[in-house]
Amino acid sequence: MSTTQHLQDFVTQVRRDILRQVHQVNSGHPGGSLGCAEFFSILYQEVMEYSSDFDMDGKNEDLFFLSNGHISPVFYSVLSRSGFFPVEELKTFRKIDSRLQGHPTTHEGLPGVRIASGSLGQGMSVAIGAALTKKMNKDSHLIYSLHGDGELQEGQNWEAILYAGSKGVDNLIATIDYNKKQIDGATDDVLPLGDLKKKFEAFDWKVLELKEGNDIEAIKNTLAAAKSLTGKKQPVVILMETEMGNGVDFMMGTHAWHGKAPNDEQLETALAQNPETLGDY
Amino acid sequence: MKIYKNTGNIDTRSGFGAGLAELGKSNPDVVALCADLTGSLKMDEFKNNHPDRFFQIGIAEANMIGIAAGMTIGGKIPFTGTFANFSTGRVYDQIRQSVAYSGKNVKICASHAGLTLGEDGATHQILEDLGLMKMLPGMTVINTCDYNQTKAATIAIAEHDGPVYLRFGRPKVANFTPEDQTFKIGKAVTLTEGNDVTIIATGHLVWEALEAAKELDEKGISAEVVNIHTIKPLDETAILKSVRKTKCVVTAEEHNMLGGLGESVARTLALHHPAPQEFVATEDTFGESGEPIMLLDKYGLNAKAISEKAEAVILRKE
Repeated sequence: MSTTQHLQDFVTQVRRDILRQVHQVNSGHPGGSLGCAEFFSILYQEVMEYSSDFDMDGKNEDLFFLSNGHISPVFYSVLSRSGFFPVEELKTFRKIDSRLQGHPTTHEGLPGVRIASGSLGQGMSVAIGAALTKKMNKDSHLIYSLHGDGELQEGQNWEAILYAGSKGVDNLIATIDYNKKQIDGATDDVLPLGDLKKKFEAFDWKVLELKEGNDIEAIKNTLAAAKSLTGKKQPVVILMETEMGNGVDFMMGTHAWHGKAPNDEQLETALAQNPETLGDY
Repeated sequence: MKIYKNTGNIDTRSGFGAGLAELGKSNPDVVALCADLTGSLKMDEFKNNHPDRFFQIGIAEANMIGIAAGMTIGGKIPFTGTFANFSTGRVYDQIRQSVAYSGKNVKICASHAGLTLGEDGATHQILEDLGLMKMLPGMTVINTCDYNQTKAATIAIAEHDGPVYLRFGRPKVANFTPEDQTFKIGKAVTLTEGNDVTIIATGHLVWEALEAAKELDEKGISAEVVNIHTIKPLDETAILKSVRKTKCVVTAEEHNMLGGLGESVARTLALHHPAPQEFVATEDTFGESGEPIMLLDKYGLNAKAISEKAEAVILRKE
């Protein structure tokens, strides 16, 4: 099987996992999760060097931090299918006594998670801290992070963006899920972000624009380009334009599915568009 | 009663700086972060000796807390330094999610706590920080009383695996605890033994409690002074042992009476040994500009206030 076919199958199964997790508990955030299914799959299946035998310190591994913690369904699906914990455990998402809390946390000891996130805007600072420790430890592995675009409305991000640019934190690749939507509607209606490329450049970041943020080849190429830009005295950001709800026709092109679960009938329709590939949990 | 000698007035923040400098030499995992207050926090020696382990974050406290949390991943022990207000209230959610809930080994070191910051006034004089920090699950909360104790505590918290809030202050105050002390987190220190009243004090008011005990002694009242440097976990055993003997207590702290040490002691007594208690603390108010000694007098946080409350609480004993 070609790696592209494997990734396509992986992504399709991840979509099913996302839909089934949120449907089962009638809560959670499918829209952004679906939009980032390709990104997570490529990161964990092809790009990052890591051990699925989880160790919090993650020395001599690439590390990933999810700042927009509400897209936990995609994170959990990809972590489990990358060997961090049993896929069966996805059944416990958002249920009592589960390690799969509504938003990711270290508190219940879920392998693969290194920081709690959910309250927005904190992940960039944490990623910078981990990147600085990698430098002190003379560990040449990289830090990857993901942030919502609406999340950039939180001021702490700009403290962090200023710091990383000014101090040349060049072992960090931050990706912005640039779907241009948030709970209340389009980011342009809620609080326009303006020209993000120019803003990051003004803060001394290297900016890569990824217009096809749901295209496997385009994501792979951009992540490879990002990696080649590390170690050059500047942090790297990818503005990844994704489609919220990608892969499910009635969830695309709207912010309506940001934080809403499908009902039985909608689930059936959505799953029919994404036939089982690697086996449901 | 046992008399303690002041070996010379010195600020507790200098004790922090000295402790941090010593950690710089003894523990290569210790790193320090500061939000543009390196001199005020007395972090210069660490900064100069270990520039590769010192991080100037700028005036961006939220980012500082997040970076500190991230630095623990890979084994570093970050000490953050800024004023108490900017160490707590300003960054409460960052501490809550990225440090406490995430269980990160960050040491939040907070100077200029309480009224004794003085002339800068209420914007900088936090009187709510102990309450904010003690409410966070898993957070250890320490408020030291003098230079020697602050230095010892700074060194001790590096050995403790988990988040810590270490509170100290700006003014030069009496230095009276042993230079060679071993600081035990969560272990109260009984400074004077007495039978009539227990005075449980923390931070700058421990010395005031000793002064109050001297005044009371001259009136024939025997006071037991207990130095509670660790607000959480609270040494309930020591508190109960003393109050079972004296049957009443005065708590003293440079903090709002809502949420501070006094309330923690009251809870302990309510559960295990109800007894009359009086509170030396600010009465749900903000501070104001002024000389520290005058502020302590105006807001009733000194030896005089403690001895008055001691006499009052003794009258409430059954």
